[in-house]
Amino acid sequence: MAILVIAEHDNSTLKGATLNAVTAATQMGGDLHVLVAGAGCGAAAEAAAQVAGVSKVLVADAAAYEHQLAENVSKLIAELGKDYSHVVSPATTTGKNVMPRVAALLDVAQVSDITAVESADTFQRPIYAGNAIATVQSLDAIKVITVRGTAFDAAAAEGGSAAVEAVDSVHDAGVSSFVGEEMAVSDRPELTAASVVISGGRGMGNGENFAMLEKVADKLGAAVGASRAAVDAGFVPNDMQVGQTGKIVAPELYIAVGISGAIQHLAGMKDSKIIVAINKDEEAPIFSVADYGLVADLFEAVPELEQKL
Amino acid sequence: MKVLVTVKRVIDYNVKVRVKSDNSDVDLANVKMALNPFCEIAVEEAVRLKEAGTASEVVVVSIGPKACQEQIRTALALGADRGIQIETEEAPESLSVAKLLAKVIDEEKPELIIMGKQAIDSDNNQTGQMLAALLDMPQGTFASEVKVEDGKVSVTREVDGGLQTVALNLPAIVTTDLRLNEPRYASLPNIMKAKRKPLDVKTPADLGVEVKAHTKLLKVTPPAERQAGIKVGSVDELVEKLKNEAKVL
Repeated sequence: MAILVIAEHDNSTLKGATLNAVTAATQMGGDLHVLVAGAGCGAAAEAAAQVAGVSKVLVADAAAYEHQLAENVSKLIAELGKDYSHVVSPATTTGKNVMPRVAALLDVAQVSDITAVESADTFQRPIYAGNAIATVQSLDAIKVITVRGTAFDAAAAEGGSAAVEAVDSVHDAGVSSFVGEEMAVSDRPELTAASVVISGGRGMGNGENFAMLEKVADKLGAAVGASRAAVDAGFVPNDMQVGQTGKIVAPELYIAVGISGAIQHLAGMKDSKIIVAINKDEEAPIFSVADYGLVADLFEAVPELEQKL
Repeated sequence: MKVLVTVKRVIDYNVKVRVKSDNSDVDLANVKMALNPFCEIAVEEAVRLKEAGTASEVVVVSIGPKACQEQIRTALALGADRGIQIETEEAPESLSVAKLLAKVIDEEKPELIIMGKQAIDSDNNQTGQMLAALLDMPQGTFASEVKVEDGKVSVTREVDGGLQTVALNLPAIVTTDLRLNEPRYASLPNIMKAKRKPLDVKTPADLGVEVKAHTKLLKVTPPAERQAGIKVGSVDELVEKLKNEAKVL
């Protein structure tokens, strides 16, 4: 049996999260196929065919799949998925939206957001926002899996030469439609995809002071985040929140500024590779997870850091 | 329009989770339990629709042992009209939960179903989508704005990198994200009033659903402990360490 990996793409380019999912799928064993479902998505399919380890690329090119509407794409994936041992997708918002529908249509469970593959049917996944790791065995004939990208290396984007095959099946449920989208036009990377994140907490004092963090972020190509305390205090909007009920991040470098380190926050960032904490309270719990702690007044330390980068 | 909201009893989000010493699961004995934060947002949204005159009735459903009636009462105190508990021993898997809810929805025929996008215990983020598939309904997941107009619901969704808006035919399923609203606190009179609101109890057998296991939990372990690192004395030293020791700059 083969494994079907669902590509994350925007019709013209293949998104990096696909490459992490390919690596996870490789560890499950079996022939690797990639499905590119979209409209005018030939370029993304060509890119998928180059990915090392992929033996076949299926392309479903139809207007109904243009915006990855879950109602339509899930029917396509469930139809194709019947012939596979595993159906694997990155745990992006697209994957999270579509894959549970696929699982229900196939009458199987979904194992969400896996961080390790132990065998073809056994996986590790974080629960309680990463405060515990569950090892789960799937008892279903078809395993529907979403993959946490930060837990797997990216497969090589080049070096493969998979056959590209068109899929004619078009499912248009006709119950939902795309109205529009508003993508952040920031030059900064997304929080969950950034390799460097700098976050501020209640210690920032107000929203204007986040400009200091933005200056550092611009030098490092970093995303800017915040603790729940900073969000609740109204300093910054909710979508910047890193933590158990916000975004879970695991960058190469995480810089926590004026953040005490509540459990809520630690749950969202403690898998970062290197953690730096800047806080004037040397007893702050954040220092117990930080690789490098600087006990200092952030209003002096942060501008100095920006200068010295 | 009738709105149905689902709620889950979970560990309070402020509580530090501990893994049992035999690694069989997390230890929930004597731990403070609460309404799942995303479900609370779902209840608030439904109550606001009722206050705006869009919704005529808000029905709240929870699945679990008798203790989950507490969370149904919390939802009733926030403004829901009546509750349904589906009595099960342990927490069934998402697919079984979706099958149980599908039967309730067949009976209740709500036009809008609002659910939390995920529970903060199992972190699966899947029940709403599974339910939508079983009922062949459209879905608006990770909602930050919900507008009901002209027989449709328009849902603005938090997606990677921004926002996406979709229009869904009714009946539809919406799952909530954090930005959708800020839930109110229940007032004491409303908490008292909630005690007298109707609460039905059903079993999976009543609904004709067989609760089946599709996965097996082999073990639960604590995550790798992070060692506290070192304190640096200055910004210069920090930059030097990040460059030469951690090699992340």
